[in-house]
Amino acid sequence: MRIYLDHNATTPVRDEVAEAMLRVLRDVSGNPSSAHAEGALARAEVERARERVAALVAARPSEVVFTGGATESNNLALFGIARAADAKGRHLVTSAAEHPSVEEPLAALEAEGFRVTRVPVDADGLVDPDAVAAALTPETALVSILWANNETGVVQPVARIAEVVRARGVPLHVDATQAIGKIAVRLDDVPADLLSASAHKFNGPKGSGFLVVRGERALTPWLRGGSQERGRRGGTHNVPGIAGLGVAAALAQRELGDRAERCASLRDQLWAGIEAKVPRVRRNGATAQMLPNTLCVEFRDSAGDVLLEALDGEGIAVSAGAACASGSVHPSRTLIAMGRSVAEARASLRFSVGHGTTSAQIARVLALLPDLVARVRALGTS
Amino acid sequence: MGERVVVAMSGGVDSSVAAALLVEQGFEVIGVTLRLVGNASRCCSLEDTEDARRVAENLGIRFYVADYSDAFRREVMEPFADSYLAGRTPIPCVGCNQRFKFRHLLERAGALGAAAVATGHYARIARDSASGALSLLRGVDARKDQSYFLFDLRPEQLAQIRFPIGELDKDAVRDRARALGLATADKPESQELCFVPDGNTAAAVERVRPGRAPGVGEVVDEAGRVVGNHAGIHHFTVGQRRGLAIALGQRMYVKSIDAARNRVTIAPGDALGEWGARLSGVSWVAGTAPDAPLRATVRIRYRHAGATASVEPLADGAALVRFDEAVIAVTPGQAAVFYDGDTVLGGGWIDGGLA
Repeated sequence: MRIYLDHNATTPVRDEVAEAMLRVLRDVSGNPSSAHAEGALARAEVERARERVAALVAARPSEVVFTGGATESNNLALFGIARAADAKGRHLVTSAAEHPSVEEPLAALEAEGFRVTRVPVDADGLVDPDAVAAALTPETALVSILWANNETGVVQPVARIAEVVRARGVPLHVDATQAIGKIAVRLDDVPADLLSASAHKFNGPKGSGFLVVRGERALTPWLRGGSQERGRRGGTHNVPGIAGLGVAAALAQRELGDRAERCASLRDQLWAGIEAKVPRVRRNGATAQMLPNTLCVEFRDSAGDVLLEALDGEGIAVSAGAACASGSVHPSRTLIAMGRSVAEARASLRFSVGHGTTSAQIARVLALLPDLVARVRALGTS
Repeated sequence: MGERVVVAMSGGVDSSVAAALLVEQGFEVIGVTLRLVGNASRCCSLEDTEDARRVAENLGIRFYVADYSDAFRREVMEPFADSYLAGRTPIPCVGCNQRFKFRHLLERAGALGAAAVATGHYARIARDSASGALSLLRGVDARKDQSYFLFDLRPEQLAQIRFPIGELDKDAVRDRARALGLATADKPESQELCFVPDGNTAAAVERVRPGRAPGVGEVVDEAGRVVGNHAGIHHFTVGQRRGLAIALGQRMYVKSIDAARNRVTIAPGDALGEWGARLSGVSWVAGTAPDAPLRATVRIRYRHAGATASVEPLADGAALVRFDEAVIAVTPGQAAVFYDGDTVLGGGWIDGGLA
């Protein structure tokens, strides 16, 4: 039996989600844009999912735009707002520890002549809201902040950031991809203007996500060629994927408190064991503001990629750094932004627990880990 | 599951079949592709990595990509460029094998609980049934034999290395790949250095060490008369004819390269013969140098059939090679590898000819 501790990469699809998707795939074959009865049936599936997603994040259903996942949502938010605001302002603000699906669109906009300010993170990985405020100018078209970091699990003070950004009349985009389903993500608590997420990070299907756009904000579409999603995202709806997303959202809303508690207990069991059994380790990130399911540990003087391979051989799936196109592992940009050296970043592993993780699995990992770390440390860090 | 073995998989047919043979033999095989160079490289391209991954999936083995690009630049590419800039003609494959496949990867294998590393080299390792001593032999396929590039392996390394295709010829390797339905069965051979895919070594030197290449220098004849100009010594290797735009009424070749003066000396073909070679960094497969000079067939570059010679070990890893008959183009930076029949005795790096 494999032990899957990489829920921040992707999560297993819940049975309830798979059943709903299979039902839609088999029985709901219409196009939601069609005027006939088959179309109406499909449209009802899409709209039910929209209500569930809206309820999860405390937005209005009309503010939810279905996409092909968080990367598309982030691209749509950044390019959409930048293009719509082009005449008014060509300045964008973000942090130094963003996901590539935010960082790379911003770099592309920078190449087009936009100015991008990257607010640093401190040694714990936190963004200072006052530093965000200080970065704002009359030309700032958008602020984009990662709600919870995928690599460290550090949760940013987004409520405070939203407050200072809105006080200046600048729209805020939050990439909530890792936060959804793990902590409360509600736009009545955190008044952001745009929010991105992906179903597969909270036990939904891959290839299905959403962008929330509050109010009637102008957003230039990325995919043109259809009036779907109020003209904001052309293309026939992925009806089974959207239905699956809706069920995953409903489950997340219903179970959030229990999930957080369960995950935190497993994560704490893992860290307590590592700290007790493995010498020369440290936790990355601000422990007080952390996703309940994520543990990022530096095993000093070890090669994280080899440790990953050694654990894989024992049936345990974890993550190290960021995978490049070829599948080799690069040091984490987030850890470098936190001031870690390349060697320290390379020595770090991410464990992320979730649905299906058990205390017995954690105990099994703790039984194997000390020897594997010692073995990997013996080869040094070349 | 049998013993665990890590196979270095390049995405080519040879290492694909090496992995397949080990699977057939009952080993628990882990495939690893070494990512040595960034883009602009054929050996480590995304496509080759994907080929290796497909073969691994086909064989049902674990597969990883290991990034050694920083170390490769430091330990192989920069020394390669520096060697050219010093007027030598390096063969980076020897050091690459030694450091990446048989040191870094062997260490990695240990961390993964594997006892050995296997590659798709055409070479063999034999164990003496009486003494247990290991020896390194040419691959069975004389045209593909790669033992020349492996001369500096040590006995303790041989014990942890497997060359599964060393007993096969290239046609048999391709046949096996086809029979197994491997995606790489009909892939063309890679000929050039992996980080010089276009074969333009001078441009590669300039890329690795920007601003360090010498500019225009003098071409002189054996008497020291200036007979023309050249574009920088890193464009030349001893024995080369191409790139010498000089009309002296007969074919002229590079006889020697003087890095300090950025000068290339040329000579007619019959003046290129050398009766011996001075070597440094000599290594012996048996682990220790012989006490007395020995007779051997010595290959002074990869595509050299070999010349009979006596090899005299000296102190500090040096040696002198005396050929029975003069050989052409004894080139500093190349390896001289000593053979007794199919057996590799050892080898060293050529510093120059013997006057």
